[in-house]
Amino acid sequence: MSLEDPTKPELDAGETTEGVDYDALESLLGEYAIGRESHVNAEAFVVRPDEVQAALELLRAEAGFDHCSCVTAQEYEDRYESIYHLRKYDDPTQEVGVVVPTSRDDPVSESANEVYRTADWHEREAYDLVGIEYDDHPDLRRILLPETWQGHPLSLDYDQEQPQVVEFSEHANPLKEDHSGDAESDTMFLNIGPHHPATHGVLHLKTTLDGEQIADVESDIGYLHRCEEQICQNGTYRHQIMPYPDRWDYISAGILNEWAYARAAEDMADIDVPEYAQVIRTMSAEMCRIASHMLALATFALDIYGDFTAIFMYAMKDREIMQNLLEDLTGQRLMFNYLRLGGVAWDLPEPREDFFEQTRDFLDELPEKLEEYHNMITSNEIFQLRCVNTGVLGPDVAKSYGATGPVARGSGVDYDIRRDDPYGYYDELDWDVVTEQGCDNYSRVLVRMREVEESAKIIDQCVDLLEEWPEEERTIQSNVPRTLKPEADTEIYRSVEGAKGELGIYMRADGTDKPARFKIRSPCFSNLQTLPEMSQGEYIPDLIASLGSLDIVLGEVDR
Amino acid sequence: MSSDNTNTTETTQEARMGEGVDSRFNSTLREAFGSSPFILTKFDKFMNWVRGSSMFMLQFGIACCSIEMMHTYGVKHDLDRFGAGVPRASPRQADVIIVPGTIVSKFAPRMKRVYDQMPEPKFVVGMGSCTISGGPFQEGYNVIKGAEEVIPVDIHVPGCPPRPEALVYGVAKLQERIANGESAPVTVAPYELEQFGDLDDDELVQHLADQIDEEELVMRYDWAESPSP
Repeated sequence: MSLEDPTKPELDAGETTEGVDYDALESLLGEYAIGRESHVNAEAFVVRPDEVQAALELLRAEAGFDHCSCVTAQEYEDRYESIYHLRKYDDPTQEVGVVVPTSRDDPVSESANEVYRTADWHEREAYDLVGIEYDDHPDLRRILLPETWQGHPLSLDYDQEQPQVVEFSEHANPLKEDHSGDAESDTMFLNIGPHHPATHGVLHLKTTLDGEQIADVESDIGYLHRCEEQICQNGTYRHQIMPYPDRWDYISAGILNEWAYARAAEDMADIDVPEYAQVIRTMSAEMCRIASHMLALATFALDIYGDFTAIFMYAMKDREIMQNLLEDLTGQRLMFNYLRLGGVAWDLPEPREDFFEQTRDFLDELPEKLEEYHNMITSNEIFQLRCVNTGVLGPDVAKSYGATGPVARGSGVDYDIRRDDPYGYYDELDWDVVTEQGCDNYSRVLVRMREVEESAKIIDQCVDLLEEWPEEERTIQSNVPRTLKPEADTEIYRSVEGAKGELGIYMRADGTDKPARFKIRSPCFSNLQTLPEMSQGEYIPDLIASLGSLDIVLGEVDR
Repeated sequence: MSSDNTNTTETTQEARMGEGVDSRFNSTLREAFGSSPFILTKFDKFMNWVRGSSMFMLQFGIACCSIEMMHTYGVKHDLDRFGAGVPRASPRQADVIIVPGTIVSKFAPRMKRVYDQMPEPKFVVGMGSCTISGGPFQEGYNVIKGAEEVIPVDIHVPGCPPRPEALVYGVAKLQERIANGESAPVTVAPYELEQFGDLDDDELVQHLADQIDEEELVMRYDWAESPSP
């Protein structure tokens, strides 16, 4: 992996060759900054609720913070708070937080939608779950819970026992009216989902068609909102949270997700991880990535030309091999629960030679298999017709929606947390970040297929390392206190490169053994937001292809 | 027919099956019937056997379990070997629905609708702990505590997620039950979709009265009354 710092001709305001100069940022913000907080990952500036747009615009335009990674909302005893976690696509280690407190009586704050398009959904979620209202927001409705929901479940005084009434109307008639609006209009309304084979789970797309073309599409999510954040807030740091990340992105990406929590918690509580465990983590995480990308490929082929027999089955076969390896390692096929704070649960399975041999066998066969996939998929004319130049997502649009992972890299945005904000053993290994410049569905598929090769390279090097690791130095776990109680008001936002992109965790400690706020920044949530941009003016089949190429998983979108 | 009757060793069975039928058609099952090509059974019994031997599954994915369900349909586990593996995209063509995942309040009415659209007789396999009790998400404010709160379930397959082998076993058990003519035990009265106007007039209903039409179908969740952890 190339570790050279991207040598940039000019530095943004508040940037030094060392990183971010927060004093310079503070003077840049001037009177907008009415306070300053220290989070573990970065400094944060407190901004008045009616000056959010101006402050964010300044940070974006002058200081180069072009990536609004996450918006966290939370309630304190005396106030509400929205935190905008900003970073740079060029260098995600440069971070800054913008904290917007609002009073409990009148929790209204200015929307950041004008500056970062991605804030749209994040703020709707904040309104839905915590109850903060955003001025100037284009469409402030509930996003995850049903429209008729009473109360905001992550606010402090929420009564979970109260009855709820949920309407049925939205989907009562799948083909609402032949003609929506007045009789003169020639658009047609069409529901896709929430139960539909091509929506990859329970997603509802409200589509307005003009002839065959898409005039408008609106994603209606929340059909799999399993209260993951609440459940993590009810669990203790040490053991009770780790099983849940497996279930966010459940397409075998478990270890990648577990790592997101492990990284955040380990940085928060200052826990070391032995090098040997880091290598095992890196290897198993990349195995998960291969399995996950294989499923993306399988379902994409299924979506766009109904290929249930060849590609779907081939990819399933390869996933079975991966799942067998992971089962040998972790004891489970899908929900691994393998990482622990400060290491991993157990060492490689005995006999180690067999495990290495099986892994090597897979890696040896992989080039031939990939060639077959390329023959069947990417060089297939029908496939190309469906994918090349459909679902175009330009790099600037992708950035403004906070797209990450293969979706961003397929649009030429060279952004990969594994390289840019290294963790685990990635910076010791030799691999490349894959990007494609096409910005279309085809590029996104190509990125995934090429990433499988890179993951294989990483696994290969890890196996070499593990094979030669001296037996007396195989420490899988460092010393971690039985009960973790990080200091009160420690706040951290940390992310890793999940299978779908930047998977971030925000945690705030309150001195107990459970987090006071646990916020998940899901890559799919942001990626799905780009769907209208990609599909407006295109045909329905292209919408399905675009949706497939985003590779969303609803467990992670809805959390 | 051949006029050559010199073959006197012909058995009764061979004689009744006649000529012209390829020997490949004479399966072990056919031989087991013995000399008679006819069977005598009750019509219902025969229908149940047929029903259990050819089941069309609804292609229905909700959460984590649907990944293992796909593996059950895929190579290696290949549910189709048991006559139950062709996923149908439309509920109108399906007679088994596997519920693979957590059901939340927003999705439950939609799932009920999908279930209602399936033609009778129809069967439900609940896959995974979430469909039994809400599973690991039971304490969530939004999570339905099991599929039986919404629709009747024939077979529960526990696990988080169950292995494909477990699902195959669950489906095989369902086929066995169908072949024996057993029907779904409804252990919890499923919620019905009600018209909003028919709900008991309490504080919540009054609060929502100006938002929801009287004739609107709704589901009411009384969390305090559902099975709790």
